[in-house]
Amino acid sequence: MEFFRIHRDIPFMRHAPVFNVISLVTFLAAVFFLATRGLHYSIEFTGGTVIETAYAQPADIPKVRTAVESLNLGDVLVQNFGSSRDVLIRVPLREGVKQAELVAGVFAALCKAEGGTVSSRDGPVEQGQSASRQACTAGAAEPVRLSRSEFVGPQVGKELAQDGAKALAFVVIGIMIYLALRFEWKFSVAAIVANLHDVVIILGFFAFFQWEFSLSVLAAVLAVLGYSVNESVVIFDRIRESFRRYRKMTTPEVIDHAITSTISRTIITHGSTQMMVLSMLIFGGQTLHYFAIALTIGILFGIYSSVFVAAAIAMWLGVKREDLVKSAAKDHDPNDPNAGAVV
Amino acid sequence: MNRYPLWKYAILVIALIIGIVYTLPNLFGEAPAVQISSGKVTVKLDASMKQRVEDILAKANLQPDFVQYDGNSVKARLADLDAQRKAKDALSAALNPDPSDPTYIVALNLLSRSPRWLTALHALPMYLGLDLRGGVHFLMQVDMQAALTKKADSTAGDVRTLLRDKNIRHAGITRDGNAIVVRFRDQATLAAARPVLADQLTDFIWTESQDGTDWKLAGSLKPDSIKRVQEAAITQNITTLHNRVNELGVAEPVIQQQGADRVVVQLPGVQDTAKAKDIIGRTATLEMRMVDETSEGRMAMTGAGPVPFGSERYTERGGAPLIVKRQVLLTGENLTDAQPGFDGQTQEPAVHLTVDARGARIMRDVSRENIGKRMAILLFEKGKGEVVTAPVIRGELGNRFQISGRMTTAEANDVALLLRAGSLAAPMEIIEERTIGPSLGAENIDKGFHSVIGGFCAIALFMCAYYLLFGVISTLALGLNLLLLIAVLSMLQATLTLPGIAAIALTLGMAIDANVLINERVREELRGGASPQSAINTGYERAWATILDSNVTTLIAGLALLAFGSGPIRAFAIVHCLGIMTSMFSAVLFSRGLVNLWYGRQKRLKSVSIGQVWKPGASVPAKS
Repeated sequence: MEFFRIHRDIPFMRHAPVFNVISLVTFLAAVFFLATRGLHYSIEFTGGTVIETAYAQPADIPKVRTAVESLNLGDVLVQNFGSSRDVLIRVPLREGVKQAELVAGVFAALCKAEGGTVSSRDGPVEQGQSASRQACTAGAAEPVRLSRSEFVGPQVGKELAQDGAKALAFVVIGIMIYLALRFEWKFSVAAIVANLHDVVIILGFFAFFQWEFSLSVLAAVLAVLGYSVNESVVIFDRIRESFRRYRKMTTPEVIDHAITSTISRTIITHGSTQMMVLSMLIFGGQTLHYFAIALTIGILFGIYSSVFVAAAIAMWLGVKREDLVKSAAKDHDPNDPNAGAVV
Repeated sequence: MNRYPLWKYAILVIALIIGIVYTLPNLFGEAPAVQISSGKVTVKLDASMKQRVEDILAKANLQPDFVQYDGNSVKARLADLDAQRKAKDALSAALNPDPSDPTYIVALNLLSRSPRWLTALHALPMYLGLDLRGGVHFLMQVDMQAALTKKADSTAGDVRTLLRDKNIRHAGITRDGNAIVVRFRDQATLAAARPVLADQLTDFIWTESQDGTDWKLAGSLKPDSIKRVQEAAITQNITTLHNRVNELGVAEPVIQQQGADRVVVQLPGVQDTAKAKDIIGRTATLEMRMVDETSEGRMAMTGAGPVPFGSERYTERGGAPLIVKRQVLLTGENLTDAQPGFDGQTQEPAVHLTVDARGARIMRDVSRENIGKRMAILLFEKGKGEVVTAPVIRGELGNRFQISGRMTTAEANDVALLLRAGSLAAPMEIIEERTIGPSLGAENIDKGFHSVIGGFCAIALFMCAYYLLFGVISTLALGLNLLLLIAVLSMLQATLTLPGIAAIALTLGMAIDANVLINERVREELRGGASPQSAINTGYERAWATILDSNVTTLIAGLALLAFGSGPIRAFAIVHCLGIMTSMFSAVLFSRGLVNLWYGRQKRLKSVSIGQVWKPGASVPAKS
């Protein structure tokens, strides 16, 4: 099997202006949505409480909402997630409300609405582990169970946001330094611009659809940043090699050649990674859902940006043969892993 | 040219074996077990408990798979849930004669089903995170300001006593934040006071100033003293939490410091946050009282008479009864510090105690009148008291004194810990709380597992179809990567969480990149007309530089996550970084090894099974 049967180098760079305009428009749209709609942060960042309950029967959302609202907790969100039996309740941080007792309070209210009483129940539950929990019982039945709860204080949320920003800065600077050392500053600027543009576009999607931006999404975004930079690196590697090998080609031709000869690898690698991500999207359930979505967008735009944006920016910045070949010719080291590329 | 020396193959085989051995324990699953740990701060578990548990189980006609002692607890693995329940009942009945006051905690737990020879090799399964097994997680913030204020308060008392002892008249001592301000009427008294304070209270820096007609001496904590106070506060809080959490009967609680002023508490299996919070928030008190050494008291101690009026009976750590007077001399509030150390003269292990000014005054009076008598230190929890230690008073005591004699270093450590364990050094506030139900945990394991397997199979199918034999080799390399990754995580005894599983999946998805790069390069060389053997050689060599570059950039992102991430992000980052390392090994060295093994021997290799290599210009696709 061979998917890519390319006769001649594809003149990517001839169309570079068009692609760059497309990029710019998407980028500006993403910035626009980020500015106007903002990100829908999870409670990990904002602070607050999330309670997930599992009902024995399909849950009556308005009834649940009335029960929770009776506690007077402010702007409470009550919604289904996963199945009709699972209900998610999100309570924002609020001055004067004791967060520590909130989960128990809400659960008691839900239990009361179902006509049950809360009691502490001991004994082995699943998997032979001892577990004691608050159980809501109405006769012999258990109409509602607490499946997960999470409370995050305001100071934690603020720190997480700061740490996230620091991590992003660290990645950007680290990668730029590495690429500047390994290649040339023009490449490092090009790679970072291209890949930050991916990051902004992912965030733009999250802002546009108001998907929940959680810690795991942040992890996905940073992982994608590293991943799609590595995409640009592969292409840059080829550009350097082509500069050495084909002395008569012009810069755009060299770039076209480099992209064409790596395109099959680009598509296959990304396809493979995407298969894995798709598997997470299908099997991973609620927790991994947005993580996988962020990765999907990142992977798709990663291909686009490394191929069409990074190389084009490097070209606009004026990469020359001398930038890359000169240094290698001067100090020729037989142990240099790149030395083999000089033919 | 495509041959590996024997030692390289040896390395690959060793890596494979290590990978298999350390991954294996994760596959056996877990069996029900009963865990016995100490239920009281004054009771230490030792190896003799193992025999006791074996005897009790034998008497109850239960055959445990094994009983083991691991330093803190004794665990017995049982065949099924029914036997586990019976064993728990039998052990609770035998070990705790008084169920309302349990000496030992008998908890249900899970133990790996892996065979003993694996355990002997320290091949243990990974821990499952709370999101995979269910439980409660608390993140607590220690109020360091309160700890510093407490320190300043107790020092202010010390200043008062010091100045009185030296007959220096002051015009008032106040605490201003963490600083202590001492006022004087004139400069001469200040000059007299200053060396006294600077000598005795070395944790403070003293600065003088004039305020109207008054002279002021202000003391503020030195930066390294602040650090010491804060460190002591957090250690004491963690110790106290340990003691309290023990009572919940949780098999494997995690209580760890996070950052400078935070404590993480994880209680697997517990769902009842209300009860957990109640226990964590409780206070215990420490009391110092005199031992009743009247003749009636001595009679009662040997069991020959009733406990005299005004005294109470407690049990010492060894189990011997002790008659203690009801009158409380000092409480834990007066005890500012207790540290293990050595006697200055005899070099015997000792516990050094520091009490505040009020405590020092009482100690001096009491000790002067009771030289040669015993004083008991009792720890009260839930209204029940226990004797931590009951030393004999040897001389007049001041604000610093020591307990020594007939103690080992370990005992000195224990006693110091217990003395400090009475209460929290500084209040704590819960700033993060998570509970995960056990069924949700089990569901998460399934989801993560299916994600990895699904993705792996899809990639494997595609690679085998597209690159034929090279695809099979790539898949094997990817398999080894998974094996090594799990083995390394198991060796590190990492805690597996759902984000960790996601990272495994993502890392595998990214790791295949190296093999794609290699395979594409080899095809390209073939397309360029190279002979199969040299195509393999140059393909691998040229791809290597690219693989290295691309992995370094990914690693930078991973390290950033590791450095700045917390909680789920850290779990993700650790797996991600390790995965990059293992993938470099498996994708390059291991796959090359397989290729060399397969093709390297053949001198005249005509074709390589890497799928169709299409050549531009040729009308019929050449199969090479």
